Amino acid sequence: MPGGASPSGIMLLAHDDLAVYKARRYKDLSFMSRSATSSPGFGLRLRRRFLASEALRGFSLLSPTLLAMVFGLAMPLLVLFTLSFWLQDYVDFIKTFSWKNYADFFDKPIYGMILFKSIKISGMVTLATVLLAYPMAYFIAFRIKTNKLVWLILITVPFWTSYLLRVFAWKLMLGYNGVVNSGLKSIGLISEPLEFLLYNPTAVTITLAHAWAAFAILPIYVSLEKIDRSLLEAARDLGENAFMTFVRVTLPLSLPGVIAASLLVFIPTVGDYVTPSLVGGPSGIMIGNIIQSMFGKAFNWPLGAAISVMVMFTITAMVCAFLWGTHQFRRRVA
Amino acid sequence: MNANRPWWRPDGFAVYAIIYLTFIYLPVLFLPLFSFNKSKYIAFPLKGFTLQWYEKMINTPDLLEALMNSVKVGVAVAVLSTMFGLLAAKAVTRYRIPGRGPVMGFIMVPLVIPGIILAIALLILITQLDIPLSLWTVGFAHMLLCTPFAMLVLISRMEGFDKSLEEAALDLGESAWMTFWRVTFPIVLPGIIASLLLTFTISFDEFVLAFFLTSTDPTLPIYIWSSLRFPTKIPPVLALGATIFVLSFVVVSFAEWIRRRGVKLESSSGI
Repeated sequence: MPGGASPSGIMLLAHDDLAVYKARRYKDLSFMSRSATSSPGFGLRLRRRFLASEALRGFSLLSPTLLAMVFGLAMPLLVLFTLSFWLQDYVDFIKTFSWKNYADFFDKPIYGMILFKSIKISGMVTLATVLLAYPMAYFIAFRIKTNKLVWLILITVPFWTSYLLRVFAWKLMLGYNGVVNSGLKSIGLISEPLEFLLYNPTAVTITLAHAWAAFAILPIYVSLEKIDRSLLEAARDLGENAFMTFVRVTLPLSLPGVIAASLLVFIPTVGDYVTPSLVGGPSGIMIGNIIQSMFGKAFNWPLGAAISVMVMFTITAMVCAFLWGTHQFRRRVA
Repeated sequence: MNANRPWWRPDGFAVYAIIYLTFIYLPVLFLPLFSFNKSKYIAFPLKGFTLQWYEKMINTPDLLEALMNSVKVGVAVAVLSTMFGLLAAKAVTRYRIPGRGPVMGFIMVPLVIPGIILAIALLILITQLDIPLSLWTVGFAHMLLCTPFAMLVLISRMEGFDKSLEEAALDLGESAWMTFWRVTFPIVLPGIIASLLLTFTISFDEFVLAFFLTSTDPTLPIYIWSSLRFPTKIPPVLALGATIFVLSFVVVSFAEWIRRRGVKLESSSGI
């Protein structure tokens, strides 16, 4: 995630200094207490041990958060995984191990097909948001000299509207009596409203690309902003043209932002439920709708759990492949 | 931007920026437009100006109740997740912890898991434990989602300030607790405020987790979701959306104005 190798390296160094400093401090302290009482009590020794150990103090600070996350994250995911091997029997579960849900997933092509379609749509959305966001982020990072914050706020303002209403707005744009149709009709390009605009995978793609735009711009902007400008000057001084400077210096250095943006958009959109429900129509159904129906109308929780596990598995595999690919790209170019 | 550029040869990036802004603004601007439209159907052509949907918004108890539920959950979630985020951020930035990477990665998991999967996983656990669904379960789920955001915001603020300030306070005899209150807290305060605002916003707008984990008390997004199916219930919702939008715009502008005044005062006092 954010934060490359160098900042954490610097931090480690700083921590080392701090550790040496603290060790000295505690040695002084222990010396003082030793002179006061010849043999410190067990409680005091324990306390000193605790104070002297960075790891213990760190973990005790971390423990409330970690505990909440274990209870709220690790346990539910474990239960989800377990449930995917059970079976539904009317309102009860049959709590014996079974592969049947996974067999169902692979036997009925519909699940795999819809998962594949969801991946395809999310992939398109990711590509579109990142490609559209990059020049904008570049513009703010390199061309705007003053009031960058105003531009960043300007970018995020549309996203203060509720997510549901933003998705609904595209229904207004693309609908039968929507903005696009009314506009085309009033300039006389069409006589009847176009019906193919809404309720299909393309509508889902456009809507998602709009809804997640800010998630792509901000990480890319941050990574562009961090680039040391003297590197660019050096490349130009050494005879690279503007385009090659971009390809060989700016782009590789902004890659962490591009990667973060891609993951931030791709992973949540694969499982999106709202957008396909509102603008997808029957042909725009995504895997989120299938999972929801397993917990709703179809009422087969274990199968829903198994599908979710498969979705997570697929996403993880895709993300690993993507990270490997960008790693190769960086090695080849830089 | 290059000021010497003649107007007939504009900067390509600037042109692109304007097109891009149009793309992200255009759909969203139609929502307030229809909140003033004198027709209960959300379609062109426009029928004329009216404020009746704002009046109806105020007189729809269900809508106001959902709004209150969302505010309640949002405030609780903002406070709790910022607290958890602050503890984690301090632990991670101030102590050498073995397995720092995996621990942070684990806390970040809610960011990289599709919302619907987190929702059903929590739903299964909660029903298996026989805990009744309520706004509490929604709040708990939102807290899980918001804690990593809070932690990220606070880590960047914690990393930014000089540790020797804390050490100086400790050296001068303050206790660890008082050092936190009198040195660390004031310095990370902007980060805490940013984290509170961010986590409140996330919780306030979150739909999928709430959709699966609430019983009869709707949060605002759930109310909006249910009214999107009934065309006649939409205009008051659009009115509310416009109101919230204007309110948040005022709040953010005010915050930015305060920040700028602070910066000006700091620079004029010669520090």
